[in-house]
Amino acid sequence: MTNPEDFCAGVGLLAVDPGLGCRVRGGPGVMRDTVLKALRAALPAGSAWRKLPVGVTDDRLLGGLDLAATLAAGRRVAERGLLALADGGFLIVAMAERIDAGVAARVAAALDHGEVVAEREGISTRTACSIGVIALDEGIEETPPRALLDRLGIEFAVEGAGGAVEGPSADDVAAARARLAGVEVSPASVGALVTAALQMGIYPLRAAQLAVRAARASAALAGRGAVAQSDLEVAARLVLAPRATQLPPPEQQDAPPPEAPPPDQDEPQSSEQEKEPQGPLSDRVLEAARAVLPPDLLAALAGGGVLRSKAGGNTGAKLKAAKRGRPIGVRAGLPRGGARLNVLATLRQAAAWQKLRGATAGRVEVRRDDFRIRRFKQQTRTTTIFVVDASGSAAVQRLAEAKGAVELLLAECYVRRDRVALLSVRGKGAELLLPPTASLTRAKKCLAALPGGGGTPLAAGFVAALGLAAGVTREGQTPLVVFLTDGRANIALDGKPGRPGAEADALTAAVAWRASSYAAMLVDTALRPHPFARKLADAAGARYLPLPQADAGVLRAAVKGMN
Amino acid sequence: MPFPFSAIVGQDEMKQALLIAAADPSIGGVLVFGDRGTGKSTAIRALAALLPAMQAVSGCPYNCDPATHFAACVAGCPARAGGATPPPKSVPVPVVDLPLGATEDRVVGALDLERALTAGEKAFEPGLLARANRGFLYIDEANLLEDFLVDLLLDVAASGENVVEREGISIRHPARFVLVGSGNPEEGELRPQLLDRFGLSVEVTTPQDIPTRVEVIKRRDAYERDPAAFTEAWRAQDTAIRDRIVAARASIRSVAVGDEMLTEAATLCQALGTDGLRGELTLIRAARAAAALEGRAEAVSADLQAVAPSALRHRLRRDPLDEAGSSVRVERALSELYPA
Repeated sequence: MTNPEDFCAGVGLLAVDPGLGCRVRGGPGVMRDTVLKALRAALPAGSAWRKLPVGVTDDRLLGGLDLAATLAAGRRVAERGLLALADGGFLIVAMAERIDAGVAARVAAALDHGEVVAEREGISTRTACSIGVIALDEGIEETPPRALLDRLGIEFAVEGAGGAVEGPSADDVAAARARLAGVEVSPASVGALVTAALQMGIYPLRAAQLAVRAARASAALAGRGAVAQSDLEVAARLVLAPRATQLPPPEQQDAPPPEAPPPDQDEPQSSEQEKEPQGPLSDRVLEAARAVLPPDLLAALAGGGVLRSKAGGNTGAKLKAAKRGRPIGVRAGLPRGGARLNVLATLRQAAAWQKLRGATAGRVEVRRDDFRIRRFKQQTRTTTIFVVDASGSAAVQRLAEAKGAVELLLAECYVRRDRVALLSVRGKGAELLLPPTASLTRAKKCLAALPGGGGTPLAAGFVAALGLAAGVTREGQTPLVVFLTDGRANIALDGKPGRPGAEADALTAAVAWRASSYAAMLVDTALRPHPFARKLADAAGARYLPLPQADAGVLRAAVKGMN
Repeated sequence: MPFPFSAIVGQDEMKQALLIAAADPSIGGVLVFGDRGTGKSTAIRALAALLPAMQAVSGCPYNCDPATHFAACVAGCPARAGGATPPPKSVPVPVVDLPLGATEDRVVGALDLERALTAGEKAFEPGLLARANRGFLYIDEANLLEDFLVDLLLDVAASGENVVEREGISIRHPARFVLVGSGNPEEGELRPQLLDRFGLSVEVTTPQDIPTRVEVIKRRDAYERDPAAFTEAWRAQDTAIRDRIVAARASIRSVAVGDEMLTEAATLCQALGTDGLRGELTLIRAARAAAALEGRAEAVSADLQAVAPSALRHRLRRDPLDEAGSSVRVERALSELYPA
C-alpha cells in the first residue's frame, strides 16, 4: 500500500493539477473512500465530480440529442455527456479494468485535446473538457486499457482501512493553481526525471512528461517559483516508481541503460553518462523512487515479468452480451419480439411527411410505416486458445516445430480475424502468456519468447484452458482450443510429480473438458506418438492430429474444419 | 492553438510523409502506426495549422472550388440558392476529425431533422464527409473504428464522391479528401482492406536516447505552460515549411521523372513482390513530391530511396507475422538494389 505521506502529497498534487490523473489500485474499502474524500475536500467549491459507469454508452459519454427537449422545443436540443459535465473537475472511472478500449480511447481523446467532440445523432458539438481522471482499478488479472493508463500520472495502492489522509486547504490549492504556470523547471530537472524513468525501465514518454508535471505541481503547492530537489523526489515516488518494470541499477554503478545497445556502443554510452551534469541529481531522484518500489517487484520480475500489462487490446466494438451485439444501423420494422425501437430514426422517417399528414404544431404524426428498429450484429468471432506444452520432454522433442505449427495457425487466424490467446504448460502449472487479443504481433512475440523445460502438468493446462474458454464464451465469442503436447503428463493437478497420478488427473480433466463441449484439437508433438495422447484426445472429445503427419496444409485444413 | 509542426522532435519519416501528402493530395493518404505518446495526432493537428488557405465558394457546405463550382455543383446547394455566382472566399484547408463514437448520420449527412419538423421541408444536412472535401479527414485510433464506418469511408475515399440514399433523400456530393489515420498496433490489427488504401505508411517509435527524450519533454512542457509564446517562437520555422509546401504544389507538375527512375521503381517493386501497380505509382509520385519539396526540378534516385519504405512497407505480401519485419524487407531490397 502507498504510505500515508504519499497519499497526502498525491492528493495535494491532484487538487492543484487535476489533469495529472490518478490510478487507484485495490478494492473498495475505507482507505479508498478516505483518499477520494480528502481529494474532494481539497477542491474548490463547486468542482465537478462525476462517476463514469462501466457500461457507459456513447450518448451518455459524449452527449447527443435530448429527444424530449427537442420535441418539446421543436428545434434541436443537445444533451451534454459525462465528459462535458465533468469539465473543471474529476471524472471517476469505476471498475476501470472492465471498461473497453473504445471508451478508454474517447476519454483519452478528451484528455489530450481538452475538449469533447461529438458528431452524433444530427448534433455536432465541441465542448470544453478540462478534466482529471481517477481510475478505480480493482483488477486482479485484468488491467485498465493502456491508452488510459498511459495518461494517468499518479498511482495509489489502497487496501483495507488506513490512517487519515489530509489534503491541502482549499486556499492553498487556489494559491498553488495560480502559481502553477509560472513554476520554472530547469533542463537538469527534466533530464533527471527522464533518466530516472529510463533506468526504471519506463519507456512511454508520457510517463516522464507526467512526472515533470507532478514536480511542477509540487513546487507550486510548496510556494516555490522553481522545481526543487524535493519536488523531483515526490514526482519520482508518485509517478515513476509505481510504473517501474525493473529495479534501477544500484548507486554508483554505471550500468548500461536498459535494453543495452550492442557491446561496441557500450563504451561511449557510459562515458557520456558520466559527463552528464545531471548525473548526481538523477541518482537522488532514483533513490527516492527506490524507497517506495513495491517489495514484490523483485518477486514479480523473477516470476517472468508479472508486471507486464495483461490487458489485451480488446479491439473493435466488442459489446457485452446484454446489449446483444453491435448496432449496425436501422431497418423498417415493428418494435416487438425484443426488437428495439430507434426513436430518432423513426422520427426522421416521420419528419419528412409531417406537412402531408397535416400535423399541427407541437404534434408529430407517426405512422406504422415509420417505425425503425435497431439492427444488431452478434459477434460471431472466434477466439483461438493455444495451449502449448513447453515442458522438458516436449522441448527435447519438438518445441520448435510446435511453435512453427502455432505460427501457421496464427496466419490462419489473421485471415479470419480471430482473436488468439496463449497458454503455456510447463513446470508446476499453466500460465496465461497472452490473454485474448487481436494483436497477432503480440502473439508472435510472446510465442518466440516462450522458454522450454520442466515437468508436464497437462491436467493444469486443461483446467486453465477451460477457465479461459468460459471467459471467452461470456464475452459472446466462440472459443476454439488447440492443444500442442506430447501427452507425457508427469505432474498432477496438486503439483506432485509422478506419471500415474498425472495421467489420471489429465484424463479426469479431459472428461470435464468433453462435458463443456468446447471445440478442441490435440496436436501430438511427440516424435513417436504415444498411445496416451490419443486416449486423452478421445476422452476430451478433441480431434487428434499427430504432428508427424501434420504438415502446414493439414493443420490449416484442420482448424478451418473446426467451425 | 495546436503544437507547432516544426517543434516536433525527430519523427522525420512521419513529418516527411505528411508534407508529401500536403504537397500532392493524390498520393492517397497517410497511415501513422506506432507507440503511444510519440506525437502522432500532434503532428497531424500541427499540419492542419500549417496549411495555406484555399479559395472556396462562400456559403458552400462542400468547400467547392470557385473555378469548377458550377460544373460539379450539388443540387440544392445553398450557395447557389440566389442564382448569382457567389464570391469566392479564402478559407483554411479543412482538417476534419472523425471522432470516435461518431454516428453514421453525422458522417455521411442526413435529413435535417429540425427543418423537417418545424418547416416540413426535406433538406439535406451535410456531414463530416462534406466538410472534409478538398481537405483532410483524420481518424485517430483508426483500428478502433466501427467496421461499418470503415467500409463507408473506404468507398467514399476511393470514389471521391459521397452518395446518400436515406430517409427519402437522394444526393451525391464531392468528397475528395486525404485520409490520415493513426493508431497503435497493440489495440489490434487494422483491416487489411483499409491498409491498402493508404498511399504512405509510417511507423513511429519512442526515441530511446536520453537527450532526445529530454528535448521532447522540455518542448512539450514549454508549450503547455504558454502555448501562445511557444507558437510564436516557432512561427518563422513553421512559415518556412508552409512556403515549401506552397512552392512544391506550384512546381510539382513540372518536376521531371526520368525513365531510369521508372525502371528503378519497377525493379524495386518486383523485388519486393508487391501486388498491382499502385506501389510503383505511389513510389514515383512520392519521390516527385519529395523533390518538389526540396525545390528541385528533377526527382533523383535518392528521393526514391528515401520514400520507398513509406510507400511500400504496407504493400508487401500480407504476412501478418512478419509485420515487424516489413520495414526491414524494404531496407534489404533497397540495399541490394543500391549497393553503397
